[in-house]
Order: sequence, then structure tokens, then C-alpha cells
Amino acid sequence: MIVDVNVHLSRWPFRRLACDELPRLIEKLQAGGVDQAWAASFDAVFHKDVAAVNSRLAADCRKTRPGMLLPFGTVNPTLPDWREDVRRCHEEHKMPGVRLYPGYHGYALDAPELAELLTMAEERGLVVQVVVRLEDTRMQHPLMRVEDVDPKPLAELVAARPKLRVVVLNALKGVRAGVLAALVAAGQVYFEISMLEGVEGIANLLGQVPAERLLFGSHLPMFVLESALLKLQESELTAAQIEAITHGNAERLLNG
Amino acid sequence: MNSSDCRVTRRAVLVRAAQAAVAAGVASRCQLAAAEKSPARFPDYEIWDMHGHLTSPGATPKEKITNLLRAADRMGIERVIVFMGYPWTYEPTPDDMRRENDQVLEAVAGSGGRAYGFVYVNPRHTEASLAEMDRCIEGGPMVGVKLWVAVRCFEECLDPIVERATELKAPVLQHTWYKITGNLPGESTAGDLAILAARHPKATFIAAHTGGDWELGIRAIRGLPNVTAEICGGNPTAGFVEMAVRELGAERVMYGSDYSGRSFASQLAKVYGADISEEAKRLILAGNIKRMLAPIFKAKGMTL
Ligand SMILES: [Zn+2]
Repeated sequence: MIVDVNVHLSRWPFRRLACDELPRLIEKLQAGGVDQAWAASFDAVFHKDVAAVNSRLAADCRKTRPGMLLPFGTVNPTLPDWREDVRRCHEEHKMPGVRLYPGYHGYALDAPELAELLTMAEERGLVVQVVVRLEDTRMQHPLMRVEDVDPKPLAELVAARPKLRVVVLNALKGVRAGVLAALVAAGQVYFEISMLEGVEGIANLLGQVPAERLLFGSHLPMFVLESALLKLQESELTAAQIEAITHGNAERLLNG
Repeated sequence: MNSSDCRVTRRAVLVRAAQAAVAAGVASRCQLAAAEKSPARFPDYEIWDMHGHLTSPGATPKEKITNLLRAADRMGIERVIVFMGYPWTYEPTPDDMRRENDQVLEAVAGSGGRAYGFVYVNPRHTEASLAEMDRCIEGGPMVGVKLWVAVRCFEECLDPIVERATELKAPVLQHTWYKITGNLPGESTAGDLAILAARHPKATFIAAHTGGDWELGIRAIRGLPNVTAEICGGNPTAGFVEMAVRELGAERVMYGSDYSGRSFASQLAKVYGADISEEAKRLILAGNIKRMLAPIFKAKGMTL
């Protein structure tokens, strides 16, 4: 049983990816033993009509067996009337959460709109996924250079919202250990393993982030699914730790 | 092996992979051994990790390589190639070179025959580099040359080093990166290596990291049959290994991880997850490095 909390549908503009079409993605997830994936859309990173993107995402997720793909719509708080996107994600699409791209959408984590968005998410019981990066900044397209997001200011925002649940995506390479620990201490903050690096990476990380706050994430289709799967093998983990990381924590988080 | 025997064999390690991946939640090695009859997720590949450093935990080179090999066992990696010591130096002096290479020699000696060294040199100190190559390769057990970021590799001071390496039948591994954020002053691109490789058609080169930005790196070395792409050290982005095999042929692609800064998992996954033939995967994971090292192993009377 595996819940993958970091999957995208649709196309990455700068490269075709083996699993960037829905049937192939589903096939790959199933072959890898993934029973549920939390999916956003690459379109949401680049399109201004994010309402249409969210509708397509919800429709695509309905094409699979119930519970296989959970749609995480996107809210871009720099767009006019972004609050309506929060409402639609929650009320119309019945999404369990939203995925945010502060780096690509050009706002800082101390922006007042973000604070308001997080308050709305807390009140509505929406999980908030914050994307720290999508690719290595050293090899981005020259016309599309986007800095990594520093997740540090999240600590204060989360501490002020005890019911808010946050998943930080693609953070586990480059974010300092002290920041990770501060986020864990601040409230309900979780991390996923897709960009975790280093030999025996999960075992080494457990000193800073307890297993209860770690989720399985693959960053499929940008990354190959096998990377996250093999990380479970590379570290010596107890059955309880594997259970928590692969699905137990995600289920608890979702049921909030 | 029966199910009450908990020794971690290579086979059991691979079965563990299958279990972790397909049915995450399996508990002990004993249970895994019991599950040995179930189909493994990945074939029983022979794996040589072609690129890594003494950055594992441990107070001595021997402790570091021992800890590294314990993790390598979990991933079914049989042999590793190691270069550079600690602390790292971008522009090693002759003394730095000797210290770092001595650390690698210690690790190799303490590895039970599973680790092989490449000698780390700085072409700016040409004579000292040649002396280190003689000490560590001709007079010692090392089997290749590592060049990092001291000098851009198209410079003429590389020539005597490449010529000596070729006499010693030693491949030359050059770090290569195209960083849109800016390279270090002495950091080579894959295009720099192509210039050097064109000057030395009889020498054997390895483009470490395939230029980092591999969609550029693969193109840069495409026309140079004496350059092999080594895939370590970047994200496990889908399509990397497929493009390398398509443009270079599987014989010119090689697995390395850049342990222990990178994880074995993310780097092996580039190969396991690639849509290429099983034969291509076997070449990339071990076949190509063994073929490349066969002449120097033979000259040294070492067995592969
Ligand atoms: Zn390296």
C-alpha cells in the first residue's frame, strides 16, 4: 500500500516525459504498487486560466477508479479573484486540498494574500501543498529561471493556524536542517521524499524530521517512480516506519 | 537458503527491493528471505558504481568505505570506484593531491577488493600530477584519473596528463557541467571535454555528470566516440538515460551515483526506470566499465 503525494498530470513545457499522458501514468503507478496519488496539473504552473485547469484536473481524476487519483487544484493568489478558485476547489470539485507554486507564480511566503489563503484553507479543512522547486535551478531553461522557495516563513504562518495541514513538496535537498526542524516544531507540517538525496537518505533524515512527518512522494512524471521506491530499500527502516511513510501518515493527514 | 536463515545475501537484498516497492510494509529480513520465491521487481543485475567519494560516516578511510559498502550491499552494488579524499580541494596543491590520494589508497586497501581508485590530479601542477599518476597507477593499485574543477580541460596543460594516462591504459574521468547559474572558474563543460577528446583520439574519456544539463551534455560529446557519458549526480529526471542511449548508443553510457552526497536509489532509478532494453541496462550498470577497465586490469594482472 503506497500513497504518492507528489504527482502531476499534463505536460511539462520543456520536455516530453514518458508518463505525461494519463493512461501511461496510471499504468506506471499501478506497476509500482502505488494505490493512490495526489495529483496537480503542470498546466497550473503556467496557465493564467487556472479555473479551467482545475476543472480539467478534476475531470481527469474522475476517469480513474475512485480513490486512485486525488485532485489538488491550484490557487494563484496573484490572480484577480483568486478566492473564487479556493471556493470552487473545495465546494464544486470536492478537492481534498490545493497545491501552491510561490516560485513560479511570483509571490513570497510573507505575502498577505498567502496568509489569507492559508486561513481560508484552515477554515475549509483543505490540505495545502507548497512546492519549493520543480527542477534543479542549475539547469533550467534560460528564459524560465525560477528561484527555489525558502520555506522558512511557513513556520510562523503554521504556528498561528493550529488546524492547518501543510505538505512541503520537493524540499528535501537544499533546505537547511534547522529550517526543517523549525517547520516540524511549528505545527502540522509534512515533507515528502522525492528530492531527498544522500546514501541512506531516509535514515539520515530521521534525526531532523520524525517518520510521522514523512510522506512518500515521487515527483512523477518529472522523475522516474523507481527513485522514491528504491529509497525505501536504501535505508534500514522498521516495518512501522515504512508503514507510516508509505501510507499511514498520508491517510491520517487526509482524514485530518 | 531457508527462511530461518537471516544472513543478508545479495539475493535477499534484491528481494527486499521487490517487497519494499510492491508491498511496502514488509518487516524483517527473515520475512524477506521467506518471500524469496516471489518474483523480484528488478532482475539480478551486476552493478558497478563508477563514481563516488569518501564522504560516508567514519573516522578513517577504511571506516568510511566499510560504511559505504554496507549501504551498497542493500542496493546490490558489488564494486565501487572512489576518488578524492577529505577535506575536498578545488585546486589541490601537490601536497593536497598526495594526501587525498593516500586516503583513497587506504580505502581501496580496506575494501576487501570491492573498491578501485582513480588518482586525483590538478593539471596546473603538471609535473606533480604526472608523479602522482606514476605513484598511484603504475606503482600502485589505481586504475584511472580523476579531474575536477581546477582547470578547464581544453587547456594545453592537460595534454601530458592524457598522454601518460593513455600509456598506462587508464581512462580519464572529467567532471563536466553546464550551469545556467554560472560555472566555477576552472569548471569544464562537456563541450570543453569534446575539444580535449578530439585532440587525443586514442585516449579514453568519461564525461562525469554528462554535462549536468544532460540535454546539452549528450549533444556536446555525441561526435566523440572516445567519450562515455556517466550519469551520476543529478536529479532522476525521466528521459535522461533514454536520450543518452538514443544519441550515443548504450555502449557509451555508464552508471555512477556520486555517493554519498547523492543516493544510490535516485541514481540507479535513472537506469531501472528507463525505457531501454535489458541488454542496455546491463551494459550501463556494469558491462561498459568492465570493458573499459579490462586493458589496465590485464596490464596489472588484476582480475575483473
Ligand atoms: Zn563526484
